[in-house]
Amino acid sequence: MAGVCRPTANGWKVEPVIELSGLYKIFGSDPAGLLPRVRDEGVGKDDLLDRYNGVLGLRDINLSIPARTIQVVMGLSGSGKSTLIRHINRLIDPTAGQVVVDGEDVMALSKAQLRDFRCRKIAMVFQRFALMPHRTVSQNVAFGLEIQRFDKAEIARRVSYWVERVGLGGNGDQYPNQLSGGMQQRVGLARALATDADILLMDEAFSALDPLIRRDMQGMLLDLQAELKKTIVFITHDLDEALRVGDDIVILRDGAVVQQGNAQDIVLRPADDYIADFVQDINLGKVIRLASIMRPMTAGLTGPALDGSMLLADAVRFFAAADADTALVTGEAGRVVGAITARDVMGAMVRG
Amino acid sequence: MGDWWREFPEMDRETLVALRKALDGGYREFSRSYGAEIEAFFDPLLYFLVWFEKLLLATPWWLVIIVLCGFAWMASRSWKIILGTVIAFLLIGWFGMWEDTMRTMSIIIVCTLIAIALGVPIGILMARSGRTQAVVTPVLDVMQTMPAFVYLIPVVMLLGIGKVPGVIAVVIYAIPPVIRLTNLGIRLVDRDVMEAADSFGASPWQRLVRVQVPLAMPTIMAGINQTIMMALAMVVIASMIGVKGLGQPVLKSITNQYFTLGLLNGLAIVALAIVFDRISQAYGRRMQAYRERLEG
Repeated sequence: MAGVCRPTANGWKVEPVIELSGLYKIFGSDPAGLLPRVRDEGVGKDDLLDRYNGVLGLRDINLSIPARTIQVVMGLSGSGKSTLIRHINRLIDPTAGQVVVDGEDVMALSKAQLRDFRCRKIAMVFQRFALMPHRTVSQNVAFGLEIQRFDKAEIARRVSYWVERVGLGGNGDQYPNQLSGGMQQRVGLARALATDADILLMDEAFSALDPLIRRDMQGMLLDLQAELKKTIVFITHDLDEALRVGDDIVILRDGAVVQQGNAQDIVLRPADDYIADFVQDINLGKVIRLASIMRPMTAGLTGPALDGSMLLADAVRFFAAADADTALVTGEAGRVVGAITARDVMGAMVRG
Repeated sequence: MGDWWREFPEMDRETLVALRKALDGGYREFSRSYGAEIEAFFDPLLYFLVWFEKLLLATPWWLVIIVLCGFAWMASRSWKIILGTVIAFLLIGWFGMWEDTMRTMSIIIVCTLIAIALGVPIGILMARSGRTQAVVTPVLDVMQTMPAFVYLIPVVMLLGIGKVPGVIAVVIYAIPPVIRLTNLGIRLVDRDVMEAADSFGASPWQRLVRVQVPLAMPTIMAGINQTIMMALAMVVIASMIGVKGLGQPVLKSITNQYFTLGLLNGLAIVALAIVFDRISQAYGRRMQAYRERLEG
């Protein structure tokens, strides 16, 4: 049968890269007709709604997500982030633009090819878990594998591994309704990881959880990522979360990208007031690293050596315990690239 | 012609008579030329009906009760329902209505199975497309509101009097709830869950079988329950076209004013209805066990 998912051989594992280019999405009765208004005339989100009765989902998104990193897409509700992530596995079709995953044009796939693509290459975790209430934890985790028609023994093996791995060892036979929110999302994560897809889409996966549980889950995700090295697209509206998990962060507003960069770029150089507002309550000590505030090395300076990737908060802890006011900052291969004083560190942690 | 504003300008009698004659004649012609073929088409159904009725009549009464209780136990796991079933059937037998009850039960069971076999797929098709829903809904409205006697006429003209036309009439009357509630149940399945199924690459068939139907099952069961109840309610009317069972004594008591006979047979129908209702409802509830939370 054509288009049926079959168990994957390891030959699949090309470096997955996601390329979005010139992506537009307009909701309404005549998206194609409104496209020129948005693309060529620059009609904004509010105008589009008031004058043309169309809702602007995405505007000219160009994003290249490298393999094996966590790409965070951040924005407030209505900024288009959930729309954006659904274009990657084509749960939503764009009004214009291209989606290329692993060199494959997702828009050119037939229905059967698209199903095959979804079940083998991409797995997704949802904000409200979207577990199947009539299936037990184990049966939920097995869902993607059943769709791919793995044999029973392989399904049982993978299910028990992943259920155990996300910390639900004794809960396999329970129904989702009998679990707390945090545990339910562990099921969602296990269900996504069990298919062994290279790309993981996480749509506000932790947003519905209590802050403490959320931290736990972030930690678990980072641990898993250190080992699995998947390509993860992570949607959130929470800047702390974005800074903690993201290798790279894209900030969306009204469907368009307003800034892209790593945590330090965003915090140190917010592109506009909107982002500056966002970052103002952030604890800089937990985001900024020594390398970005060090001073040039001057001859004759001595002191303990600190790695350039050390967080300021950790540096403060170091200086508080150490017998020195000055330290050398090292870069690649331990080469000294600059110097830092306790004073510099403390100054940088408080916004000017 | 001048007073159309005082009296309703109805079509003249000759045209109306001609129209009726044309329709009646056409239908009679149709049933004369194709009646035999259509009857032959339903022959397997007739054989099955006769076989099933004979089976129920030939089975010893205690075995029937045991088998029924077995089903009741599988569906409900409730001693109360089992006890009620036993008492109801013992009373029915004691008052001399066992054979009629078996006849009615056989026709109800067959009608329900046919209604499920046709109704669930139709409901699924309705849920999948708004256009199908727009076409089927008014048909269901007609089936539910049209007095049963009206569609008995063409069925009897076509197939005569007997079991098969009775079954057709009962199915027409009883099938709407299972269609409607299948449609509703599938439409009510959480969109998030459907999206999750899509995101894992499920095909429409996999989605239907693994997600939609299981989640719609409690609603579908409510429809089946209603269908059984309506089929039982139709028993008396079906007896007018020769369906044997509890309906016939009721019909006889109307014409002869036998109050007690009518009451007893009516109560037997009620007892059957309650037994089937409790069993199917308990089954529907048990299928929702996953919705219950653990204490604490």
